[in-house]
Amino acid sequence: MEAIRDLINFFSYPQWSFTLSLVVFGVMLWSRKLWTKKGGLLMLVAVTAFFCLSLLDPNFRQVVAKPDNVPIVMMVFIVGYFLWLSLYKAFRNDELTEAGEPTFEKSEVEDKIFTWPDLVFSEFICMVILTVVLVIWSIALQAPLEEPANPSVAPNPSKAPWYFLGLQEMLVYFDPWMAGVVLPGLIIVGLMAIPYIDTNPKGNGYFTFRERKSEIVLFLFGFLVLWCQLIVIGTFLRGPNWNFFGPYEFWDITKIEPLVNVDLSEIIWIKLLHVGLPSHWFVREIFGILLMAAYLFVLPVALSKIKFFKKYYEQMGPARFYIGISLFLVMMLLPIKMYFRWLFNLKYFIHIQEFFFNV
Amino acid sequence: MSFLKDIQSSIVKSQVWKSIFRVGIPTDNRKRALAMLGNVVLHLHPIKVKKSGLRMSYTWCMGGTAFFLFLVETITGLLLMFYYRPTVEYAYFDMIDLREVAAFGIMRELHRWGAHAMVIAVWLHMFRVFMTGSYKPPREFNWNVGVILLVLTLLLSFTGYLLPWDQLAIWAITVGSNMARATPMLGSEGPGAALLTLGGTKLIHVGSDARFGLIAGRTIGGGTLIRFYVLHCVAIPFVAAFLIAVHFWRVRKDGGISGPV
Ligand code: HEM
Repeated sequence: MEAIRDLINFFSYPQWSFTLSLVVFGVMLWSRKLWTKKGGLLMLVAVTAFFCLSLLDPNFRQVVAKPDNVPIVMMVFIVGYFLWLSLYKAFRNDELTEAGEPTFEKSEVEDKIFTWPDLVFSEFICMVILTVVLVIWSIALQAPLEEPANPSVAPNPSKAPWYFLGLQEMLVYFDPWMAGVVLPGLIIVGLMAIPYIDTNPKGNGYFTFRERKSEIVLFLFGFLVLWCQLIVIGTFLRGPNWNFFGPYEFWDITKIEPLVNVDLSEIIWIKLLHVGLPSHWFVREIFGILLMAAYLFVLPVALSKIKFFKKYYEQMGPARFYIGISLFLVMMLLPIKMYFRWLFNLKYFIHIQEFFFNV
Repeated sequence: MSFLKDIQSSIVKSQVWKSIFRVGIPTDNRKRALAMLGNVVLHLHPIKVKKSGLRMSYTWCMGGTAFFLFLVETITGLLLMFYYRPTVEYAYFDMIDLREVAAFGIMRELHRWGAHAMVIAVWLHMFRVFMTGSYKPPREFNWNVGVILLVLTLLLSFTGYLLPWDQLAIWAITVGSNMARATPMLGSEGPGAALLTLGGTKLIHVGSDARFGLIAGRTIGGGTLIRFYVLHCVAIPFVAAFLIAVHFWRVRKDGGISGPV
């Protein structure tokens, strides 16, 4: 038992669990077997069993049962369920299309039904059920109220509200101006841009995977792997001093993680060239600046020449393509920076403390 | 049973009932249509809907759930406002009173869990809309209205988080609002802020930057509380309600719930 717990603790550390989640994400979208009734049931049983067994552990229980964390536990199950439902429906529809038959929605779309009573009654029943659920939830679980506010005693860890913990988790890898301002801003801009960038006319008004693979993979990557996963990590696995703790690990305040991170400039000038850091910031950071510029400005152009992307370039036109690919590359900065941190202890690609400009 | 039928028909035929609902219980298609047209709440809906769009497995009822929770939050929030005073002296103790003294001692719970649920419902609604490709023409604009609603939902939750004025509240808002300090150009520790100077004096400093504007001071205090209270109870709900109206209007104008053409 102890050995299994240690193993899970070990593999839950971000470098492993994130890598694992990438593998799982790939397998998930590649395997159709998971998105059947049987597959869904199996996944549900597996996750529930893991959760229930874990509840036996006092450290796990303590974190999960915090009143404000209960909704996030529910969210994990609910998001999982709806992920299954959408892909279940998508793959069934794809099977129908492959067999030359109309999709499920298509076979019903012409059928117009009176709003009274069908829609009005289902809305009514939904409202009744929701009310009952909410009332039971409210009676069973008291809203948290801690000690009165005291500006001079900061709790450790201090956490933002749970829906922003993905952003707070990004602070591990980026400075606040990126994690707290630029990236969230770009998430909003990116979401708003989706309908104008995506020119694929197919898959409008029905579930399908086959007809809009890349769109779905990209969206799910952002929503599940980055947004939801980081929230789960930030909520359940980050303890005092924002140190990482496995799910069964005790939140030890005295745990110390050595700060060994180095900048790209230090790696290149000191470790590789053995010359010491140049004094002017521009010379010092020139490699990082070049790298970023290449990533953000040269790479999109280079990609547009590659066969796989050329197809999209021609379909979407230059404006849509470049905006889309830039947003994509900025999103990918996060996992890229994560891996640079884990593999090389990289602190910043560009570190211009003079202007608070650190990437 | 015929007894109950009698009661029902005498209610439905009464002058009072007719004056309110204008039509009786609909028995034919004409009356079904009139039932929808003649009622201010129901006329948000079209008279007929696509069968495919009616399915729970298609919409997941998540937009509706988000709206219902918005209404729950409005009603419970209103009741909470009867008790709650947004000042440093009273806020925390009003919370305790709400739990221990006020009638229906679960109002705070309903409001808090409803808020969490609404955030999740809005995410899932967006997820559904994406997976059915419903943001594609002609619904691009409504997707954008939706994204703004998503942001407003998060801001509503965030501003409300401060109001209990306990340790959880002020430190969560401290962590959140510290980000504003790093806003490019506009935050005292943001990149580029040092460039904004006028005759040698810094324009952007801790007493004038984006964070200062957000929390009405250098630290979270009474000024922040009243500011967040007004945003939470008046400003954001007002804008959100307006945009929800636009959102629903556009659902209708864009041809109802999406479906394959
Ligand atoms: C307070 C938040 C929101 C409320 C109350 C709301 C409400 C609704 C409702 C009731 C519908 C009817 C269909 C359904 O229930 O699925 C709908 C449709 C729609 N919503 Fe929202 N919504 C909200 C946020 C959003 C967000 C965040 C997005 C996307 C980013 C969005 C995009 C859309 C679109 C594109 C439709 C049309 C879908 C179709 O025709 O299939 N909405 N919304």
